[in-house]
Amino acid sequence: MSEPWEDEGPGEIKKFLYVNRKSPYGTIYALESLEVVLIAAAFEQDVSMVFMDDGVYQIKKGQDTQQIGMKNFSPTYRALEGYDVEKLYVEAESLAERGLSEDDLLVPVEVMSRDAIARLMDEQDVILSF
Amino acid sequence: MKYAILVNEGPYQHQASDTAYQFCKAAIERGHEVFRAFFYHDGVHNGSRFPIPPQDDRNIGVQWSELAEAHNIDLVVCIAAAQRRGILDEGEAKRQGKDGDNIAPGFRISGLGQLIEAGIQCDRVLVFGD
Repeated sequence: MSEPWEDEGPGEIKKFLYVNRKSPYGTIYALESLEVVLIAAAFEQDVSMVFMDDGVYQIKKGQDTQQIGMKNFSPTYRALEGYDVEKLYVEAESLAERGLSEDDLLVPVEVMSRDAIARLMDEQDVILSF
Repeated sequence: MKYAILVNEGPYQHQASDTAYQFCKAAIERGHEVFRAFFYHDGVHNGSRFPIPPQDDRNIGVQWSELAEAHNIDLVVCIAAAQRRGILDEGEAKRQGKDGDNIAPGFRISGLGQLIEAGIQCDRVLVFGD
């Protein structure tokens, strides 16, 4: 009898979830995790992204970084669709806690409750949290 | 089980690399396989051979090198993150016109695809960081 984790052959498609929890500037986590998602798109896996905690600021409209000398990389989130990364989820509680609503976001997303996000995480094969 | 490890924080500043190392050791002692450890964000600094910690402290980089040598773990430093932070192997130093390299034994520099590939091939991916 093989173990359950030995059943999967090569060429399989796994469910990858990228969890973005940090604000876009202040640290490099958001920028570099977006680089992971873009590179990973070439592997044609089943990709989802979650934005929660301060990560919801990553996709807030109207980012202007001129005064802090950092590159405004927020337009890249709009390009995700072109990479077939279309399942973007935002945690409702994180938005509400920050006084934000879906209208404040620069890409189409599905807003989900914390419980629903937990269930989504449960369905994944690989979760990379940044 | 076959594990992949993602280390997102640098040595000493943060305990992530220590915890990842302890996890790998414990997993191997239990008969599991650690296929690859991928170093990203400031985690790439774990792959420098230049740190000089005090003599009564652990040498995190050396610990990784020794564990990798003993148990055939593939230690991969992300090239994009490494270039930003000045972690270079001989080839990369030559290509970029730098006057030296600093990659530690057992580490190699490669692309983010190695992280995704590890996620596809391994039974579990563990993320160590904030």
